[in-house]
Amino acid sequence: MKHFMRFSKISKAFKEVPSQYVYQINPIQNFEQIKQFRVIDLEGNLIAKEYNNIPKETLNQIFDLMLTIEEMDNILYMSQRQGKISFYMTSFGETATTVGTTAALQPQDFIFPQYREQGSFMWRGFTIEQIVNQCIGNHLDGGKGRQMPVHYGSKDLNIVTVSSPLTTQVPQASGAGYGFRVNGENKIAATWFGEGAASEGDFHSAMNFAQTLKCQTLFLCRNNHYAISTPTDDQFKGDTIAGKAPAYGMRTLKIDGNDLLAVYNGVKYAREEIIKNKEPFFIEFITYRIGDHSTSDHSVLYRSQEEIDSWKSGNNPINRLGLFLKKQGLRQFNDEHDNQIRKDVKNRVIAALKHGSEQQSPSIHDLFTDVYDEVLPHLQDQYTQLREHLTKYKDQYPINKFKGGL
Amino acid sequence: MINFLTFSENLPSNQEISKSQFFSPFIILIQAILSQNKLKLHKQLNKQMQLLRRVYQFGSTKHRFASDITSTNRQKMNLFQAINNALDIELGANPKALLFGEDVKFGGVFRCSQGLNEKYGTDRVFNTPLCEQGIGAFGIGLASVGYTAIAEIQFGDYIFPAFDQIVNEAAKFRYRSGNQFNCGSLTIRSTWGAVGHGALYHSQSPEAYFAHTPGLKVVVPRDPIQAKGLLLASIRDKNPVIFFEPKALYRNAEDEVPLDDYELELSKAEVVQQGKHITLIGYGTSIRVLKEASKLAEKDGVSCEIIDLQTIYPYDGQTLVDSVKKTGRCIITHEAPQTCGMGAELSAFIQEKCFLHLEAPIKRVAGYDTPFPLVHEPIYLPDKFKIYEAIKQSVNY
Repeated sequence: MKHFMRFSKISKAFKEVPSQYVYQINPIQNFEQIKQFRVIDLEGNLIAKEYNNIPKETLNQIFDLMLTIEEMDNILYMSQRQGKISFYMTSFGETATTVGTTAALQPQDFIFPQYREQGSFMWRGFTIEQIVNQCIGNHLDGGKGRQMPVHYGSKDLNIVTVSSPLTTQVPQASGAGYGFRVNGENKIAATWFGEGAASEGDFHSAMNFAQTLKCQTLFLCRNNHYAISTPTDDQFKGDTIAGKAPAYGMRTLKIDGNDLLAVYNGVKYAREEIIKNKEPFFIEFITYRIGDHSTSDHSVLYRSQEEIDSWKSGNNPINRLGLFLKKQGLRQFNDEHDNQIRKDVKNRVIAALKHGSEQQSPSIHDLFTDVYDEVLPHLQDQYTQLREHLTKYKDQYPINKFKGGL
Repeated sequence: MINFLTFSENLPSNQEISKSQFFSPFIILIQAILSQNKLKLHKQLNKQMQLLRRVYQFGSTKHRFASDITSTNRQKMNLFQAINNALDIELGANPKALLFGEDVKFGGVFRCSQGLNEKYGTDRVFNTPLCEQGIGAFGIGLASVGYTAIAEIQFGDYIFPAFDQIVNEAAKFRYRSGNQFNCGSLTIRSTWGAVGHGALYHSQSPEAYFAHTPGLKVVVPRDPIQAKGLLLASIRDKNPVIFFEPKALYRNAEDEVPLDDYELELSKAEVVQQGKHITLIGYGTSIRVLKEASKLAEKDGVSCEIIDLQTIYPYDGQTLVDSVKKTGRCIITHEAPQTCGMGAELSAFIQEKCFLHLEAPIKRVAGYDTPFPLVHEPIYLPDKFKIYEAIKQSVNY
C-alpha cells in the first residue's frame, strides 16, 4: 500500500496576453520610495495613536534595558582601551531596534544575529557577567573561549552564536524558517544584518530562497548609515535595502528604527503575518550608528562630529522613548533613580571584569574538543603531542592560565 | 494531502519501539477496516505504515566491511539506484529528513532522487533556486535547528560558491559555539570525478580543499554497496559530511545491494585486495584502475595490496600504516592534481610512520597540475599503465 502523490507534469502552453506588451522603450528606474513607519515623533509626541498599545511595564523594562546597555557599552569600550579585553563593539543609537524587536518576538523564535545585537541577547536574559566572560574568554564563557569578544551565543535563549563572516547567518535563517514551516511550528527564524552586509551574495540567496520556498523567516536590516567607514552612498543605489525586497515577492516594511513603538508594533505585526501566511517578511530599520564601528575604528576620520551630534541630540532612541514615557505619564522621571541605574550597571560591569579576569581560561584539552562530536583519533594524537611538548618546555608557556593546567 | 510530518512527530524513535508497539499497528489497522470509515481508514493506514517502516528499520545495522553483511535480501542496482535506495530509507525512517537541491524534484539529473518527491511530497523533496551558496547555507540553517538536511550540489565543480558556508560556517559551527549549536545533521552530496567528456567543469575532484578543513568529513564510495552504507552512515553521522559520488559509476557500477538499512563505518579504510609486495591506495573510481594495474603487475609476479580509503578525511591511518609496514612500498593515486592532493598528505603521513620500513620512495600517480582537459583526458588521467609503470619502478628501486 504505497502512499502516492500523483506527479503532475505542470506544462504551461504558450498563451498570448496582449496586455503584457508595450510598444515604446520606457525603461523603469525609480520606484516610489518606501516611507518609514513611525508612531512617535522626534520629541516623543504620540502621532499614530492606535499603536499606543504596549503595556507600561514592558515599556519601562525596555527603557531600563536601553539605559543598561548604553552604560555597559561605555564601560566595556573603555575597558578595551585599558587592555582588559581585546576588542569590543558598542551599539549606541541602535538599541530601540534590537530591544524593541526582541520584546515583540516570542521566546521560542530563533534569532540569527550579526554582531551588534546585545539588545536581543540581554532582553532574553543574557547577563552582564555572561557578556564579560565571553569578552574575556575565560572558562565560564559558554563559547569555551574560542572566539573574539562580542561573539555571543546562547542555546537556552535560542540565539545562534555570532560568527565573523558577514551575512552568512541570513540564508541559514531561511533554512531554519523552512524547517519550522514544514513541521507546523509556531516559531520563526529572525535574522539580523546591517545595510552593508546586505551587499553580500548571501543576502540575495537568502531572500530568494525564503520567498520561493515559503520560509517562516523574518529579515531584520539595521540600516545604520555606515559599514565601518563606508557610507550608504558607496554601498548601494536604489531605495535602501527595503526597496530590494518586493522584487523577491516579499512583504516589506521600512520602520523608523529610533522609534521604539514603531519597532515593537512593526515586528509584532510581521511575526503574526509570517505565522498566518507561512511566508517570510522583510523589515528595514532606519537608524544611526552613534559610536565607532568597533574599538579598532576611529569614526571621526570619515565623518564629522556635527553629523554624529545631530543624531545624538536630534534623533536618539533613548531620548525619544524617554520623552514619550514622560509625556504619557508612564514613568516617573527622577534623575536620582536613573543615575542609580547607571551606577549599578557600572559597578556590576566592573565587578564582572574583575571576577572574570581572575578566572582561568578553558582547559588545554578544550583546544581539541567540539571540532567533531567526539575527539577523533588524529586529534587525540595531536593533543598527546602537545602535552609532551608543554611538559618539556613547561617554563616557556603560561600553563597555569588554563583550567586544570597540564 | 496529509501532512506526513505531523503524524510522525508522535512516533517513537527507533530505540523506543517495544514489542507491544510492534503489534499495535495491526490491531489498529483491523479496527480501522472494521469501522468502515474511509477517511479514518486512510489516515490510520498512513500512520501505521510509517510506524511499520520505523519498526522495520529498528536495528539499522552497522558494519565495518560490506562483506560482514549476511543478508540475502538483495537486488541488482547501479550506483544511482543504490543512492536512491539509501535516500528512500532515510526519508522513510526519519520524518525530519529533507532532500533538496537543483532539479531534485523531477528525479535529479543523474536520477538519484527518482520517485522520492512522489513518495514523500514537495515539503520534503524539493527544488531550490539555482544557487549553491544558498543551498549550502539553507542546509546549515536546517541542521542547526535539528533537521536532517541532505543537500545536493549538482556537480562538485560548482561547489565553490558554497565554500565559505561550508568551510567558515558548517565546519566551525560546533567549535565556535562551545558545542551549544551544531550542524551535524547536514550532509552535502555532490558528483565527482572524470566522466570521459566532462572537461574543466564536469570532472573535478575537489576533495583536497575540504580535507584541509577541520570539522568536516569527506567520503568517496567505490561501488553501489559501499555507497549505500557510507551514505547512510554519513547522513546519520553527527558531523557535517561531504559525500562525493563518482558520476562515471552511476550507471556503470552494478552490484547485488542489500535492501536492508545498513551503515558502513566512516573513517575506516578497506583492504579490497590482499597483497605482499606493494600497497596501492586510492578511492572512488581509481579502485577499479588499481585493480587493472595490479593484474598487469601480477604477470610480473608482483602481488599488490589495494586499499580503498573510503573516508578521505579524517582518514584511517592505521590500516595504511599496517599495510605499508608489511609491504615496504606504496603508491597513491587520484584524479585530482598532484600538488597538494590527498597523495601529498598520505605520503607525508606514511613516511613519518613507516620510514624504516620503506624500500622505495612513496610515489603519487595523479592528474597533472593543469585544469581538467577535454581532448587530452585520455592522457591526463592516472590510468592503469601509469600505475603499472610506477609499480615497476618502485619494485625495482
